[in-house]
Amino acid sequence: MTKFVAARSGGVALFLVTLFIAVPALISASGRTDFYFTLTSVAILSIASAGVWLTFYIGRINIGQGAFALIGAYVSAILVTKAGMSFWLSLPLAGLFAALVAILIGLPILRLRGVYFAMITLVLTQVVTLTALAVPITNGAKGITSIPLPGELSIFGLTLIPDFGSLDNSRLAFYYTACLLMVLTFAGMYRLVNSRLGHLCRSMQQNEELASSIGVNIAYVRIIVFAISSFLGGIAGAMFGSIAQSVYPSSFQVADSVNFMLNCFLGGLGYVFGPMLGTLVLYFGWDLLFELGQFQLLVYSGLLILLMLVLPNGLLSLRLPQRKGTSE
Amino acid sequence: MSALLQVQNVTKRFGGLTANHDVSFDVQENEILSVIGPNGAGKSTLFKMISSFLPTTSGQVLFKGWRISNRKPHIAARRGVVRTFQETTIFKSMTVRESVIVAQHLRSKASLAGYFWGTRVARSDVERFGRYADELIDFLGMTAIAGEQASNLPQGNLRALGIAIGLATDPEVLLLDEPFAGMNHDETMRMVDLVRKVRDERGVTVLLVEHDMPAVMKISDRIVVLNFGEMIAEGTPQEIQNNEKVIEAYLGSADDEIGI
Repeated sequence: MTKFVAARSGGVALFLVTLFIAVPALISASGRTDFYFTLTSVAILSIASAGVWLTFYIGRINIGQGAFALIGAYVSAILVTKAGMSFWLSLPLAGLFAALVAILIGLPILRLRGVYFAMITLVLTQVVTLTALAVPITNGAKGITSIPLPGELSIFGLTLIPDFGSLDNSRLAFYYTACLLMVLTFAGMYRLVNSRLGHLCRSMQQNEELASSIGVNIAYVRIIVFAISSFLGGIAGAMFGSIAQSVYPSSFQVADSVNFMLNCFLGGLGYVFGPMLGTLVLYFGWDLLFELGQFQLLVYSGLLILLMLVLPNGLLSLRLPQRKGTSE
Repeated sequence: MSALLQVQNVTKRFGGLTANHDVSFDVQENEILSVIGPNGAGKSTLFKMISSFLPTTSGQVLFKGWRISNRKPHIAARRGVVRTFQETTIFKSMTVRESVIVAQHLRSKASLAGYFWGTRVARSDVERFGRYADELIDFLGMTAIAGEQASNLPQGNLRALGIAIGLATDPEVLLLDEPFAGMNHDETMRMVDLVRKVRDERGVTVLLVEHDMPAVMKISDRIVVLNFGEMIAEGTPQEIQNNEKVIEAYLGSADDEIGI
């Protein structure tokens, strides 16, 4: 057991060093600064995917994360541009607003199971896109543009985060921010899955009737989990809006929602860190196939189908044959 | 003192079909009461209404004078009335021990957030759950299979697992759904002993729904007989065996089911 803990701490340390030191060093050595944007995107998308993974954990297929990402992006953009709020305050507020919407929507729809829940969430993304087009505050199809870069964050005169606009390399700043958020998200997820809430989720995933017979308020747990999931979606959306400095109704589409779900499938639904790996592989996989031109989508889809046939439990099942990320 | 569990004038209609009509009986503290009846007599429906898995059309079920029907299953469970299921309803990919630990949800003192942050209360809960799980598994004679995944267990063990999960919630009344179904004579007798042991040593009142007549006759303190959704008899096994209406109901439906 102690050996296992040591190995795990070593793994985590190695991962953090790679993320925060090795990767930036490699990028600056090679001069490929465009990789910052790619890796930042992966980090942010993996946060949204982590949310989707959590809804899988209560046995619900969630194809609506794009909706909550879009909501988060708009909330943050509106708060920053119209209310002049600091981005750092708008970030948690975007997550909270997305969670609130999730609670309101979740109350009626979380009773549904299987394909019915999936269908409704699939429609959600479209509904939010159409709402963004129709409502005045989101500025319709023109979207919200020229969002200022995140400003300074200081507490009691102590600067915690410098003004991104004043930095020579705001891409690196975004990279660090996104990676930090990703690390926090997955650390929290790991903790959650191995705490009682995680155990209750597992019991509900396996049998909701039995779970309710042992006194679990399944409606309550479902709402909590869906709210956390959407909170992560909202945070990811807000980050994206801030990096792109713009939000459009098309910023997150149904295809994005589907991708969030695919990230989870690919990484492995049984592993907390599945969505992170899934996002990385899927994002780079798509880019690597760019050379194929018109066959890109065909080869990409074919590979995905093949992967799901060969590795139904996701990529992480290759390395961790017996142990599931959820066992104690 | 009034009865522990009171079923009062319970009626259930599904559209034009009346599954239960005006069923009333009491369950006394620390007794084993069986509800029997031919197929389609409305046993399962009644069972679901008592555990709040189905709402009643009219009538109510009281536990210690407090209504537990027409609510949510987890509310009934929180009050101390917990049902078990037939063997297919389990936590498939959990081990026996994990299932029994999860099932102790109602015994938690810490909040969900407390577990997340790992507060002292939460840590002591986790330890307590582990200890109690081992104790219960030992009590039910399942220590050898504690680490087995539920989906790999044979049918007989699954039934015991169901009872272990139910017991882990610290119930006052345990509702057993056909605990002897599909068992041979030896298995049935072992299960009879187990249910008795649960009542005698854990002080749990047992209400069970069952087909198997010999087992019911052996295990029950009292029996309630349903036929076509109505209660036709209530009494000790002796009284039920000699009841004209009961014999008629069983002979009228399927001869082999009576088995006595």
